[in-house]
Amino acid sequence: MEIIRSQRKPVHIDVVPTLPLYRSAPPLEVRLEDFELYAMDRLRVLKGIADGLSRGKKSEEMKNLADHLWKANMRHLDASEVVNKDIISHFVLRLVYCRTEDLRKWFLSMETNLFRYRLLFEKAEVQRALMAEFDLPYRAASNAELESVKEGLKQVAQSFGQPLAADAIFYKVPFEEVPELVAGRRVFIHKGYAYIAMNQVVSLVSTQFRSHLSKALILTNRKWTSTIREQEKDRLTPIVEALCSSYLGPDYSQPREFAEISIKDIDQIAKSSFPLCMRHLFEKLREDHHLKHGGRMQLGLFLKGVGLKLEDALAFWKAEFSQRVGSERFDKEYAYSIRHNYGREGKRTIITSAPGVGDHHGCPYRHFSEENLRAALGKMGISNRAVEDVMDKVRNRHYQLACTLTFEAVHGTSCDAGINHPNQYFSDSQKVLQSKNQSTV
Amino acid sequence: MTKEEIENGTADMEIDQRELMNGERSELNAVPDGFNANYLKVYYGKLFPHADIFKWMSYGNDGKHPGCDESYFGRREFSFTLDNDIYLRFQSFNSVSQLENSIKEKCPFKIDIGPVYSVDPAKRHAYAQSGNNVFTPVEKELVFDIDMTDYDDVRYCCSGADVCLKCWTLMTIAIKVIDPALRDDFGFNHILWVYSGRRGVHCWVCDPKARRLTNEQRSSIAEYFRVYKGNENSQKKVSLTSSALHPFLLRSYKVLEEFFEGNLLSNQSLFSTEERYEKILEMIPDESITSELRGKWQDNKKSSISKENINVDRWKHVKKILKSGKQKGQGLGKCVEEIVFSFSYPRLDMEVSKHMNHLLKAPFCIHPKTGRVCVPIDPNHCEEFDPTAVPTLSKLLEEINMGGLGTDDDAEWDRTSLGKSIRFFRSSFLQPLLKSCKEEIENSYNAKLQHSKTSLTW
Repeated sequence: MEIIRSQRKPVHIDVVPTLPLYRSAPPLEVRLEDFELYAMDRLRVLKGIADGLSRGKKSEEMKNLADHLWKANMRHLDASEVVNKDIISHFVLRLVYCRTEDLRKWFLSMETNLFRYRLLFEKAEVQRALMAEFDLPYRAASNAELESVKEGLKQVAQSFGQPLAADAIFYKVPFEEVPELVAGRRVFIHKGYAYIAMNQVVSLVSTQFRSHLSKALILTNRKWTSTIREQEKDRLTPIVEALCSSYLGPDYSQPREFAEISIKDIDQIAKSSFPLCMRHLFEKLREDHHLKHGGRMQLGLFLKGVGLKLEDALAFWKAEFSQRVGSERFDKEYAYSIRHNYGREGKRTIITSAPGVGDHHGCPYRHFSEENLRAALGKMGISNRAVEDVMDKVRNRHYQLACTLTFEAVHGTSCDAGINHPNQYFSDSQKVLQSKNQSTV
Repeated sequence: MTKEEIENGTADMEIDQRELMNGERSELNAVPDGFNANYLKVYYGKLFPHADIFKWMSYGNDGKHPGCDESYFGRREFSFTLDNDIYLRFQSFNSVSQLENSIKEKCPFKIDIGPVYSVDPAKRHAYAQSGNNVFTPVEKELVFDIDMTDYDDVRYCCSGADVCLKCWTLMTIAIKVIDPALRDDFGFNHILWVYSGRRGVHCWVCDPKARRLTNEQRSSIAEYFRVYKGNENSQKKVSLTSSALHPFLLRSYKVLEEFFEGNLLSNQSLFSTEERYEKILEMIPDESITSELRGKWQDNKKSSISKENINVDRWKHVKKILKSGKQKGQGLGKCVEEIVFSFSYPRLDMEVSKHMNHLLKAPFCIHPKTGRVCVPIDPNHCEEFDPTAVPTLSKLLEEINMGGLGTDDDAEWDRTSLGKSIRFFRSSFLQPLLKSCKEEIENSYNAKLQHSKTSLTW
């Protein structure tokens, strides 16, 4: 792929009737902006899938989620560019995720899952074409053949607890080619042939996809460390290195009108709609009339995100801080940084910035002791059972899921998208409360 | 022994005098039980079917057809266990006479058959030096080994090395479950079942496809057959899902149920004592059911039901209560089946089957501890097989003695009890196998010829 800065030249690529297999980087030209943006769009899809899986969604739900995520993020205004975006984004992310064992593992897992879900949606011809691509030339069993082994096929389906569809397609394959299915007694075997169901074929194809990608990632890593990283240190390397830790959610730095709040509402709103991290900071500020730098930044940005206007923000902070340091010192030392907050910023730092002594910022789910966290959750009015669920997530280090569960417990509704940002917690909370108000009217 | 000696009758007397006990002079022909080098010498000299083993292991590559691979037999590994436990590996031979002479000369207590390698095992060191690992197994029969000691926790009639007709049923069941699956499910045709000489059976699957299976593929077949997963420590060793069974298990269950109810229940007296029925109650994960049964049986101790009926009756109680669906407890769905499987389903030695380079005892060897010949078993009549009636080495030697004079040297085995086994080996296994091998050699030769012909067109 060639990365260019100039005007994009239209490049024609043969319309591929199947899912791309990402066998090799195609000869396309990519604009530098697209390099980053396409990758971020694809990353949203992969992270959405990761999120769905860690929430224990079943396979049918996951299939639909993946489809939804793909359609939401991977579209392109120009229809002929859709495939290019798919391929380019994959290869950019290979660079990003080839660099350590953990990154490779995550990427391999999510890309294989994505591939599998997309494959399940494809028509039979597409699935067959892909089988051929992977040297799995399975032949579909004829109706006569199926008739003769129908009883056995039914029994195997029943052993999974699934009924046998009347028009189910089966592929007839020599048994020695599918050792895992044979070992697990997951197929009907007759006279040396195994009869494989469609979803098992998808599984086999996905396994091949995974093993190809796994090898490719190792090679990519070698190329990255030996040549690309150095060669591109002024252009692509910084983008690549920033990509996997960048925040991908909605941009809360530009507050939206409907979320405007005023100072007089703020105490009430803090109780009903602030996530635990912000509630903690807010309460500490009210208590001590002071916050250290990290806390000021996080709470300040959050308040900006929920719609607190700059003048109101200045007034709010001044009211608190001047009780401790006096208003002149506030104007001199702290006002500037509040104004600075109202510039452009997009990085997520709450979970990663660990609080030190006297700090109150950071993610409580990650940094509070179990005792303190339980107490804090109790103060939010959550039932004991919900607290246990949250603590369970914390023990498994799923801090965002813990926050999500807290949200669900406080508001009594489910939050399918999961909480990724304090401002998102706030806006979702407001939405729920408003709809509740409407329904009681 | 020479022809002269036999005609003079001196050879027979030699044996007798060497083995006399307490100075007694027994019948001229009688040969005391035993296993030793002298007996073996006679056995390898007159009875062991060297030529048949050679033909089998050549798989049609006898040099008579241009498509034959002349190096094939020479690349097969044999191993000999000699007297004093000396173990010789990587023995290989280039002809039937080399094989026969080596066996007669070394007189091994046990002969094992290994894989066919990429090169003659005798030359393996030369090839290893090239660094490319050129010395590697390329073909090996798919084999299974079922040993009675793996069933010690479910047989009460014997234990350890002993075997009797009662527990031999378990081997009968194993053959009746595995053999049809090998043929119907996997499509194999050339299958040889062999008595291991003491307390088990071996199975040799010799189809070309089977011989070329990789370790992973062998493993998958062994896993397909595996149901019992346990050791002394785990309580529930057979765990079937509560939804329907795979067709292979369904088909097997019919065999298992028939033998469990018609044979094992009574022969093993599975419910006759508290210790024994507790073992079965342990497999039922429902306290209310087990205590109900226990209560019923403790009362019945004093009744006048005969010992045979007690097992059948109590099993009926168990089935009734478990299938009644009264207590919809967890995991009761397939409890009856799990019990039957636990007591009767074949228990394979997985390691034997999984590796291409595993060496397995050759058929027609003699077992050192029992003196019995490792004879083939007919899977279609395996219920009739009696391990206690298998010819022993000493019996065969007696039969030779009784054979008399002026007889054809070559077919001495035919006048002994071994004759039946060798004839069976030839007609039901070796001949069909060789026929199919020759066809394959011819076909692939013709195909190659065709291919090279067409590629020569101008």
